Amino acid sequence: MIEPIIEIVDQLDPGKVYQELSHPKSGGVCVFVGAVRDSTQGEEVVSLEFESYQSMALKEMRKIALEAAEKWELNAVVVRHAVGAKEIEEAVVVVGASAPHRDACFQACRYLIDTLKERVPIWKKEYFKNKTVWVSAHP
Amino acid sequence: MEVLLFGIAKDIVGKTLYSLDDGMDWPNSVLELKQHMVEQFPEFGKLSSLAIAVNSEYAADDVSLKQGDEIAIIPPVSGG
Repeated sequence: MIEPIIEIVDQLDPGKVYQELSHPKSGGVCVFVGAVRDSTQGEEVVSLEFESYQSMALKEMRKIALEAAEKWELNAVVVRHAVGAKEIEEAVVVVGASAPHRDACFQACRYLIDTLKERVPIWKKEYFKNKTVWVSAHP
Repeated sequence: MEVLLFGIAKDIVGKTLYSLDDGMDWPNSVLELKQHMVEQFPEFGKLSSLAIAVNSEYAADDVSLKQGDEIAIIPPVSGG
């Protein structure tokens, strides 16, 4: 596998990821884009804000990319997360993998996003009309 | 000793960096630091989870804390 692309950015452009994952030995490219939804459990969300512990987050994102490359035969991997204030419909995370065959890239893509959500030190604050909530902080 | 704070941990303590005075008994381990934080700020006890990172790696409770380590409180993560 080529060196994975691991980034934390202010503005995320999901359009460029295909070019980054395209590879002569890849017959499949799989991408997941996470975006800002306008509601949580029926309550209207106005906007979101993401904060990261950047040095550790980049380290964990890289580990996850390398773990995926050990589990499946991959040619390229991208793990990119946005930070700062985000509006409804904005892309906030893009993960993707390309592989010779589709099974590997589908499974790798799922692993990348699920594991990112479990482990990477990034925090999301939801802004509602009259309150703010750090997501998942409390049981 | 200084501890980096993020997300809700920053709100609970009211700043981004928590300093333990030199005169105080320093927590010697990750577990002792967690106990110290919960004693000083009971809101930490109400979180879904509480992790500590030492030198930007998740650290188990028995890891000892040394001078110069970069220490951070990791409240429940919610990226993605």
